[in-house]
Amino acid sequence: MYRYDEFDRRFLEERVAQYRDQVRRRLAGQLSEDEFRPLRLMNGLYLQLHAYMLRIAIPYGSLSPAKLRVLARIARRYDRGYGHFTTRQNIQFNWIKLEETPDILAELAAVEMHSIQTSGNCIRNTTADPFAGAADDEIEDPRPWCEIIRQWSTLHPEFSFLPRKFKIAVSAAATDRAAVRLHDIGLYLRRNAAGEVGFEVLVGGGLGRTPMIAKTLRDFLPKHRLLAYLEAILRVYNEFGRRDNLYKSRIKILVQALGIDKMRDAVEREFGAMGESALPLPPATVAAIAAHFAPPTLAAPGADDETELARALAQAPALARWVRYNVAPHRAAGHAIVTVSLKPPGRPPGDASAAQMELLADLAERYSQGEIRATYEQNLVLPHVRRRDLPALWRHLGEAGLATANAGLASDIISCPGLDYCSLANARSIPVAERLSRHLAARDQEIGELHIKISGCINACGHHHVGHIGILGVDKNGEEFYQITIGGSADENAALGAIVGPAVPSAAVTGAVDTLIGVYLDLRREGERFPDTYRRIGAAPFKEALYAAA
Amino acid sequence: MPLLKDGRVGDDPWRHPDDAESLPDDAPATVSLARWRTERDALARRAGRIGLRLPNDVSPLELAEDVGRFGLITLAFPRFTDGRAYSQARLLRARLGFRGELRATGNVLRDQLLFMRRCGIDAFEVGERALAENWPAALGEFDVFYQPGEDGRPWIARQRAAG
Ligand code: HEM
Ligand code: SF4
Repeated sequence: MYRYDEFDRRFLEERVAQYRDQVRRRLAGQLSEDEFRPLRLMNGLYLQLHAYMLRIAIPYGSLSPAKLRVLARIARRYDRGYGHFTTRQNIQFNWIKLEETPDILAELAAVEMHSIQTSGNCIRNTTADPFAGAADDEIEDPRPWCEIIRQWSTLHPEFSFLPRKFKIAVSAAATDRAAVRLHDIGLYLRRNAAGEVGFEVLVGGGLGRTPMIAKTLRDFLPKHRLLAYLEAILRVYNEFGRRDNLYKSRIKILVQALGIDKMRDAVEREFGAMGESALPLPPATVAAIAAHFAPPTLAAPGADDETELARALAQAPALARWVRYNVAPHRAAGHAIVTVSLKPPGRPPGDASAAQMELLADLAERYSQGEIRATYEQNLVLPHVRRRDLPALWRHLGEAGLATANAGLASDIISCPGLDYCSLANARSIPVAERLSRHLAARDQEIGELHIKISGCINACGHHHVGHIGILGVDKNGEEFYQITIGGSADENAALGAIVGPAVPSAAVTGAVDTLIGVYLDLRREGERFPDTYRRIGAAPFKEALYAAA
Repeated sequence: MPLLKDGRVGDDPWRHPDDAESLPDDAPATVSLARWRTERDALARRAGRIGLRLPNDVSPLELAEDVGRFGLITLAFPRFTDGRAYSQARLLRARLGFRGELRATGNVLRDQLLFMRRCGIDAFEVGERALAENWPAALGEFDVFYQPGEDGRPWIARQRAAG
């Protein structure tokens, strides 16, 4: 994991001091709320329905036990004992007092964390594959590049007042676990015909009111030119992105207006004009950062590891089920990647209590080389677990309500905060998620992989457009209704869902989802996931089933 | 309007006549881009120094031939959230080698000064609050920067390489 050097530390101290002074000026009345708002937003502090909400960055989803313990401490001391993991590898605290925020930021700084650029029209927290450095399908570890981007984008003087927020995601694996194609810039590490590793650069993805899948801007960018190329894209966007209409100001709209070819011309022209020496990334610089991400030394598996595990699995079907769904292959023999579900049936997706965070910090130290990751699916990951330790880990997790065996299944629902917290919401999303997960949990295994995603308004924080089944809260004459989409997908074959028909009232959502799942179960062929069946048979059978009854 | 430059708040020595007014004979004065384009040759022969008021929707690269003639280029921040002029500033300094005064005008706020300075802006049109609230101090709130800047201060890559 990246460790701050003296410069990073000094920078963050300066930042906390600056923010403390801004809060002082606000409380002293020297700054109006209008003037203070952009400053607090640059530090992730939103004013919500009931209180301030503080959003803290977890750069590329990477957490250490020390960091997680401080998050637990913040939950206990400054909030109501829990935090909420979001779809952007951030954590949010919903009950924060303005006066206390400088102290919270100081506590975070002590463990090399901050909330810089978790809000505002700047380059946001860079997200990445939560299995990075452990996955068996990865070309190389993407985290050094994420850290390079994190540093370059931190308080970037030219790009802190862009037309709109700007999100970058990175993956180096065959399976996209970072929703790369739904970002303003998506980066895939790829190997070219000559065997060199570089970036495929995508641009113009995004959700919100006008969802779009990113398009390829460059098939192959040499790694050492990464920052110059990013800067060229951002400069073009800063100059030409629309500023007259909030809803048309993301880079996706610019790409749509120009067309990808003209966009490419503009970026390549700027990139060429910058010259070879712009924003150099000499091998020594890259190597120094990469050294922080050296793979952990993992013990070779013992001769009886697998027989021991098999015996434990045979004795405990619940453990076997958890291993089946929440455990993924690791690149090192005898090891596994564990997904810790934050989706117990009937509970708000992504919430974790202070006690749970502290337990996970301990378990990460004991079983996972001191590493924890946050996923955009609002779960946590222990990336380096010895397979032999799985039964013990599972027992510990289970005691804290963290062993729900549903990763990637129907009850593993993504949901935004919705009307329970958010001032922009049209409808509640958490209670809908709670009802659905309670209802579906018993059928998880029968249904198999299924991604249900819920947003409380068209801003799409809950990714509903790319849910296999997406649920969007809408307001119909003051009543909460839900529009349902099907066939979306957030992986390497990203696709936007299609609306099935008129929105349904809150009480009918669970039944409607049941009906859609019923059609899928009836008509699916061997090995087909929900979107596969949908692509094969089209929307008609789903529509008929859903609206015939009415 | 008061001007923050070189760490002090003082008066603006430049005049900014609009297009209908005639220019002072030898006092430094700025013109709009439209006026520059129509009266370029006459303006270039003028005794007093000439400056340009650059709108934020025109690429400075269009002025590549001309920038050497200006003693001042003013940049527009109609709202502080409209950040186009940050890129203009960097292009003027880094790409076109402009060495005159680069001035931020419009909705210039204390907490944006340092971003502007890093992009090569070295003068700021400010309100009366600038003195009371010690705006010059805002330029010194950081001495660690993660990007190369146009103000000559070191950035982290160079500091790290130096050990
Ligand atoms: C509670 C306060 C929140 C507010 C006020 C808020 C506001 C917004 C707005 C206005 C957009 C649309 C941006 C656009 O279309 O340009 C958006 C998009 C988004 N937000 Fe939030 N959000 C909040 C919470 C969250 C949470 C809790 C998550 C994660 C669970 C989240 C993740 C996202 C994502 C992934 C997008 C879509 C990004 C895209 O359009 O590409 N937000 N948010
Ligand atoms: S989708 Fe809408 S309701 Fe949900 S968090 Fe985002 S802005 Fe709020």
